[in-house]
Amino acid sequence: MPSEEELYQDHILDHYEDPFHRGTLPAATHAHEDKNPLCGDVVRIELQLDEAGKIVDAYFNGEGCVISQASASMLLEKLQGKTVDDIKQFSAADMLELYGPRLTPNRQKCCLLSWKVLQSAVHAPVERSDKT
Amino acid sequence: MSALASIDASALLPESLRADFPILNDDVLDGHPLVFLDNAASTQRPRQVIDMIARVYEHDYANVHRGIHTLSERSTEQYEEAREKVARFIGAANSHEVIFTQGTTGSINLVARSWGETNLRPGDEILTTVMEHHSNLVPWQQVAAKTGATLKHVPITEDGRLDMDAFAKLLSDRTKLVAVTSVSNTLGTVNPIAEIIAQAHAVGALVLVDAAQSVPHMVTDVAAWDCDFLAFSGHKMLGPSGVGILYGKEALLDAMPPFLGGGSMINEVRLDGFTPAELPAKFEAGTPPIVPAIAMSAAIDYLQAVGLDAIHRHEQALVDYAYEQLSQIEGLRILGPAPEFRTSLVSFAFEKIHAHEFAQVLNDRFGVAVRAGHHCTQPLHRLLGLSASTRASFYLYNRPEEVDRLLEGIAAVQAMFAPRGRKRRSQQQYPTPKVGSEDHRNRIVR
Repeated sequence: MPSEEELYQDHILDHYEDPFHRGTLPAATHAHEDKNPLCGDVVRIELQLDEAGKIVDAYFNGEGCVISQASASMLLEKLQGKTVDDIKQFSAADMLELYGPRLTPNRQKCCLLSWKVLQSAVHAPVERSDKT
Repeated sequence: MSALASIDASALLPESLRADFPILNDDVLDGHPLVFLDNAASTQRPRQVIDMIARVYEHDYANVHRGIHTLSERSTEQYEEAREKVARFIGAANSHEVIFTQGTTGSINLVARSWGETNLRPGDEILTTVMEHHSNLVPWQQVAAKTGATLKHVPITEDGRLDMDAFAKLLSDRTKLVAVTSVSNTLGTVNPIAEIIAQAHAVGALVLVDAAQSVPHMVTDVAAWDCDFLAFSGHKMLGPSGVGILYGKEALLDAMPPFLGGGSMINEVRLDGFTPAELPAKFEAGTPPIVPAIAMSAAIDYLQAVGLDAIHRHEQALVDYAYEQLSQIEGLRILGPAPEFRTSLVSFAFEKIHAHEFAQVLNDRFGVAVRAGHHCTQPLHRLLGLSASTRASFYLYNRPEEVDRLLEGIAAVQAMFAPRGRKRRSQQQYPTPKVGSEDHRNRIVR
């Protein structure tokens, strides 16, 4: 349980306090939101995809612990300008590696929340009427 | 933060009893003393309970109520002795009013399914409260959906106590059952159970008390309360997990159909039907949690040797001290009422720092085990405008120095996550500290 690594490394706290693309995307074509039932962490991701399946823009919003929110910021920064195929190929293991410090199974769920939301978002087109 | 002087030392139990709890002295955290403040979730157990479990398996174990052989007689005798001990411990008149279940959840579900499905009709009302654990909400939602009965909830006051005026207004001749916790596992509030039962009985309603958080910490007397049903768990009172208790008044239990069907709960079985056994076997289908139930004897013996009143005073001193210290921390919100209305636990939340951060850093750097999350009270957390909180819950082996360790940890978490105008940089600009350097050592999570 005690790990040899600091969970809250500088780059994580920086992402938490100064997140990449936290907010909403009025031009979103795809969006998804989910929560971690264990702790109530919530992440919503909004994507604007072009017809070729390229990410034109992406924003996240949410509430929760440092790991859930910083990992969302890191994920969107990492995938900025990439394609839907890149997203699909980006595995859970890649996400944990991007985050950095080793996490216990329960905290991995916090880290993987945004990854799960993103994987669902590419399959979740925004209904015109339902767009916010 | 060195206000140990403000604790009522005369109320404390001797520190020497910690030696009875092997896990408290085990090297759980690599040389870090363990500060176990998650007792509302499950307590630790003393050597006496652990030894009894081992002794039964080594010398006395067989299935109960089955054989004529020596071991079956021994285990049956001890199982029934435990039932009698539990009955005396909670003030029940008869040991056959004590049913062994899997836990508090199992006990509540037994009443919801057996009594609820038999007695509730459309238009009837079940009254519960917004401070209940999910285990005293979901079974009633299920039984309401099945029977057409209506579920209503008693609100809480601003400071987290049951709103007794609202309770009185919600009670009517439509109320068939009041399902209420004796102590909130999140707010720590001690509810006025005797008063609630008297008012409910006045309109002809029965009362089920979820006593999981009170039986371990204060004297329980179902006869004095005139309680209809009482549910609690072994693992929150120094006993093993896997066993719970349902107390029910004889007349009520007699009139209820069996819940689970199977072995033990029958008098006679034919291919086209069965006749149920008498109490308590009627509600104990299948092989029961034999050894956990027997080991409840050792847990109760231990609690009675220390004394429930002495335990309550000890915990109250710890809670008073923790509450006083926590209430001085800026930005910290204590959930629930003033110490005089609460017992054995304190939950808190910061607006800017998630409960997970507290639980993680308290564990990793300070050896303090607390609960972070919604504590199985999502509706209550939603009502409080929170998704999660951090809970420190005490028991007879906790010490004021452990509260200090908690406070020290909270201060460290506050400092660690205070906004300091951080800016994201590109990934390459974050050097990995050299292994063994002071920077690296400072980053090592304990």
